[in-house]
Amino acid sequence: MTDNAITGFDPNEKPAGAHQAEAASFGGVGMKIAGYAGMVAIFLLVALPLFWIVVTSFKEKPDIYTQPAQWWPANPTTEGYKSATTEIDFWAFFRNSVIITVLLSIAKIVLGVISAYALSLLRFPGRNLVFLVVIAALMVPNQITVISNYALVSQLGWRNTYQGIIIPLAGVAFGTFLMRNQFLSVPGEIIEAARLDGAGPLKLLWRVVLPMSWPTLIAFSIITVVNEWNEYLWPFLMSDDSRVGTLPIGLTQLQNNDGITNWGPVMAATVLAMLPVLIVFLALQRHMIKGLTAGAVKG
Amino acid sequence: MTATPQSSSVAPRSGPPEPVGAPPKRSGRPYGEWLLAALLLLPNLALLVIFTYRPLADNIRLSFTDWNISAPVAHYIGFDNYKTWWHDPNAHEVLKNTLIFTVATVGISMALGLALAILLDQQLRGRNLVRSAIFAPFVISGAAVGIAFQFVFDPNFGMIRDLFDRVGITVPDFYQRPGWALFMVTATYIWKNLGYTFVIYLAALQGRRADLDEAAEIDGASAWRRFTKVLLPQLRPTTFFLSITVLLNSVQVFDIINVMTRGGPQGYGTTTLVYQVYRETFVNSRAGYGATIATIMFLILLVITVVQVRVMDRGMRRD
Repeated sequence: MTDNAITGFDPNEKPAGAHQAEAASFGGVGMKIAGYAGMVAIFLLVALPLFWIVVTSFKEKPDIYTQPAQWWPANPTTEGYKSATTEIDFWAFFRNSVIITVLLSIAKIVLGVISAYALSLLRFPGRNLVFLVVIAALMVPNQITVISNYALVSQLGWRNTYQGIIIPLAGVAFGTFLMRNQFLSVPGEIIEAARLDGAGPLKLLWRVVLPMSWPTLIAFSIITVVNEWNEYLWPFLMSDDSRVGTLPIGLTQLQNNDGITNWGPVMAATVLAMLPVLIVFLALQRHMIKGLTAGAVKG
Repeated sequence: MTATPQSSSVAPRSGPPEPVGAPPKRSGRPYGEWLLAALLLLPNLALLVIFTYRPLADNIRLSFTDWNISAPVAHYIGFDNYKTWWHDPNAHEVLKNTLIFTVATVGISMALGLALAILLDQQLRGRNLVRSAIFAPFVISGAAVGIAFQFVFDPNFGMIRDLFDRVGITVPDFYQRPGWALFMVTATYIWKNLGYTFVIYLAALQGRRADLDEAAEIDGASAWRRFTKVLLPQLRPTTFFLSITVLLNSVQVFDIINVMTRGGPQGYGTTTLVYQVYRETFVNSRAGYGATIATIMFLILLVITVVQVRVMDRGMRRD
């Protein structure tokens, strides 16, 4: 089931043609063993560092600084988690991350949907030009715009405010592109029928087009939430402390607290920062993959 | 989203005396739609213009000034910043770092992503677990990954030190040696982003099955021949798409470098163009110079992207 979930395709169903030929060449016992060896190797490569981080977060301080290292905490403790959440204002950073992610995601999803709708199903002069202006923004790296934006937002007195972080990031290029492709794929007859039934443009969007676009909308939403939760450069430049700083900024602060890094609490805080997004990922990965690949296939 | 009473959708038909709504609306539609479209597009367009296109242009203006980010005034100094950059002894090192980092991350993550996609496209038990595992790091924040991997690479008490010790290899000093520090951030970046190329290639491999004939034709050719003659050409659009997106992302790396090395060791050991923009602008208070480097970087990216798109067009036409 998960196989279908991730790939949307079950190779067992169509064992013909190219795939069979492939299976023949890669299907020998030797190749099978090599395949499993490769799988184990890549799994260890990904999982070992994560395991190491989690184990370290539960170690007592002296146990972290031993050679050879302990791969299982000799004296498991949650001290690291306690100091991680007290040395910095962890929950304030966490709260800021939640607030900024929620507001920014809502803004981006709404803006993406209404822009995509206008660019796909409404007719007006210059539509293609406007679409080009929107997606060309994808080619402009954030890092090039930060200098001037920093000056602008500082002048407004918006440093260390939520709006200073959220508003400059709220423009949507990728989501508009993704949702526009989706809306264009809604069959024309359905839209014509709805129009003949007297549905106005907004009703058409809300009652007809959106309900047919849930999967793409969900994919777009998840990608947005994950991206905004992980956003680093702009919040880093806009915030000095836990007033509006997000979790990654809190982590950086903990890391620098005193010349020498105290790895136990730092690893504990890192685990806490990774957990929410990993949980979201495990629950919804197939939607996310769908969104990413839709952009790629149609791009 | 269950259907609410049909009242709305059926009403115009069943309400006979009403001025049927449709004809007048239709004649008025173009203008009405134009207005609505403007209304729906305006907020997003305004945001993109103010916070993406305006700063892009402003950045070019700033690159001709001596602005220091906090002063209210900036003086026009012509091409001085560009001349400074041309003679900056660090600029050479930064370009070299950017080139190594970008080529390594783009090349390795694409080659490895494709290899893993082919591997995990086979009928292997437990492949879903491994697929998820490869993709998982992609969703974690770069800052968290960077901080975690700083300890993984710790030359005294880190994981890699311990593994190397167990097989009797001396671990290099990832913190102090510039070359090894660059290796560290590169490896960390690949670890985090491998899932993206993997997932895209896997989707492409699965979509490819639709056209079976071509491959069946060459049935009997060696696996390598089929890989180079059939599979790679089939995946060409995906490869081009990835080469552009992965390159753009990779050039923009900031979080991992900022938390792991702050551009060091020994001055500019792991400083890439983007990180140099940040350092000059916000650390050294030379915003005019930072804007100059940002402009140069944008021009380089523009040229590369245009070349890539050209190559892609030609490749498509050949097919």
